[in-house]
Amino acid sequence: MLEVFIFATLNGLVTGLLLFMLASGLTLIFSMMGVLNFAHASFYMLGAYVAYSISLYFGFWTGLIVAPLIVGLLGALIERYGLRRVHQSGHVAELVFTFGLAFLIEEAVQFFWGRDTKNYQTPDLLDFPLFTLFGQEFSAYRGFMMTISIGIFIALYYVLTKSRVGIIIQAAITHPQTVANLGHNVPLIFMGVFGVGTALAGLAGVIAGPVLTTFPGMATVLGSIVFVIVVIGGLGSLAGAFIASLMIGLLQSYAIASDVGMPDLLNLLGISFARDHPLNDLWTINLPQIAPVLPFLLLVLVLIFRPTGLLGKREE
Amino acid sequence: MLKVSDLHAYYGKSHILQGVNFHVGEGEIVSLLGRNGVGRSTTVKTIMGEVAPQGSIEFKGQEIAGKKSFEIAHLGLGYVPENRDIFPSLTVRQNLVLGMKSNKPQGRWNIEEMFSMFPNLAERGDVHGGALSGGEQQMLCMCRTLMGDPDMIMIDEPTEGLAPKIVEQLAQLLQEIANRGVSILLVEQKLSIALKISKRLYVMGHGKIVYEGTPESLLKADDVRGEWLEV
Ligand SMILES: Nc1ncnc2c1ncn2[C@@H]1O[C@H](COP(=O)(O)OP(=O)(O)OP(=O)(O)O)[C@@H](O)[C@H]1O
Ligand SMILES: [Mg+2]
Repeated sequence: MLEVFIFATLNGLVTGLLLFMLASGLTLIFSMMGVLNFAHASFYMLGAYVAYSISLYFGFWTGLIVAPLIVGLLGALIERYGLRRVHQSGHVAELVFTFGLAFLIEEAVQFFWGRDTKNYQTPDLLDFPLFTLFGQEFSAYRGFMMTISIGIFIALYYVLTKSRVGIIIQAAITHPQTVANLGHNVPLIFMGVFGVGTALAGLAGVIAGPVLTTFPGMATVLGSIVFVIVVIGGLGSLAGAFIASLMIGLLQSYAIASDVGMPDLLNLLGISFARDHPLNDLWTINLPQIAPVLPFLLLVLVLIFRPTGLLGKREE
Repeated sequence: MLKVSDLHAYYGKSHILQGVNFHVGEGEIVSLLGRNGVGRSTTVKTIMGEVAPQGSIEFKGQEIAGKKSFEIAHLGLGYVPENRDIFPSLTVRQNLVLGMKSNKPQGRWNIEEMFSMFPNLAERGDVHGGALSGGEQQMLCMCRTLMGDPDMIMIDEPTEGLAPKIVEQLAQLLQEIANRGVSILLVEQKLSIALKISKRLYVMGHGKIVYEGTPESLLKADDVRGEWLEV
């Protein structure tokens, strides 16, 4: 029991921190633009694919560094020559633009890389168990994912709260004109934030690709969960996104690890059903099966009790 | 330093500035007076590039009409807005850092010096901007602009809502800033501070300059004060 719990917690943290890498960028970009970027997870997918291709020729480690840079650059260019122009036509146009972009990237990925799942492998260097506990192995690669995510989290926290650039970004989000009057090039700052946000999504893709599989649907799968996270955390709140990322990561991990099912609960209540009952499928449902639905369930619950999300502020 | 010629500006269809002309010399304190809604704030916003200008705005001999706000700021023109946009969630020190145009403080001012000039702020360096009093917020807003080492500042109604004693302090500070070679365009409604510290002053009425003179001449011009300034 204890080992199940420990491993589920570790895996939940790995997933949660990975989710935060996406959610943090999405949150920052949302704070600037005022709309959700539906293409955000597409940059995550691009990161995985670009890194995969690079790894074929130059190895995993080159891909780890270069792919996020390429994705970030692409993101910055899309902001500069796409979003910034569309911005003048209002929020709906921006939303439609990011929607279109998500489809475009998915199509492009299928066009260049095909529909099949790519054999993107973890590097040999990390192909060993980091430690073994109660006979279970925790792979070095997962430890590596965790290290990178924590590193990014600390760097992000430091830059945003302690550095001059972070102060300028924070202020530019709420008072762009005042910040411009002080001599800061706000559009350039926004382009930079967009670029860094997409680069982080790309980095998440690079490190998640080998374990969560690299296939054309990976953006859709993770994208919806990341949206759930930023809404649960409260739109625009980085701290909220962090808490929600860990919550969802752990929740899913616990659900998968537990093999509690409906029959167990019903038995506890002293109810039992015949195997040939017409609703047998429903009675025998178990927690791992519904794990993918849990984030959405949590979303509904949070929205009922706190419509602004955990740390969101109410709009005036 | 600053020369504004035949400046026009619009909000949508309404023609707010209808040919504004004035100038500010090097090291001068010049006041722009007028009743509510005549377009004084619009004038400084238009100079700063916040509102689209028509006409000519020369700053240090260079045409700046049509430039972006951040470029104008980089040329050395500072602006202290009337709404005192301090950032409530940033500390006093962080607000000051925000005013710096590069990583290192340069030119006339640095944070420590600023704190010695404004002792009330010094004590509250790590307090959030939102926790300051109105007067302290005004000082902070001014200091923040000075951190960018401007050669001229335009300051919009700094005395609004401040106690007479604080207004007195502010007047001294403006004087000291000017002594360091920073030109000042003071937008005001209160005659007292403008008369005390400005070298020249302009009165604005309905989108135009309607009077130009010195504090002494304005004091004598009862008709101007009666028609264009509060009684
Ligand atoms: N954003 C805006 N949109 C439309 N009209 C505006 C806007 N801002 C100001 N105005 C109008 O422009 C005119 C001039 O405003 P401005 O703020 O320049 O006045 P002011 O002389 O600074 O007076 P005060 O600061 O005392 O209100 C006013 O009639 C005002 O209603
Ligand atoms: Mg005004």
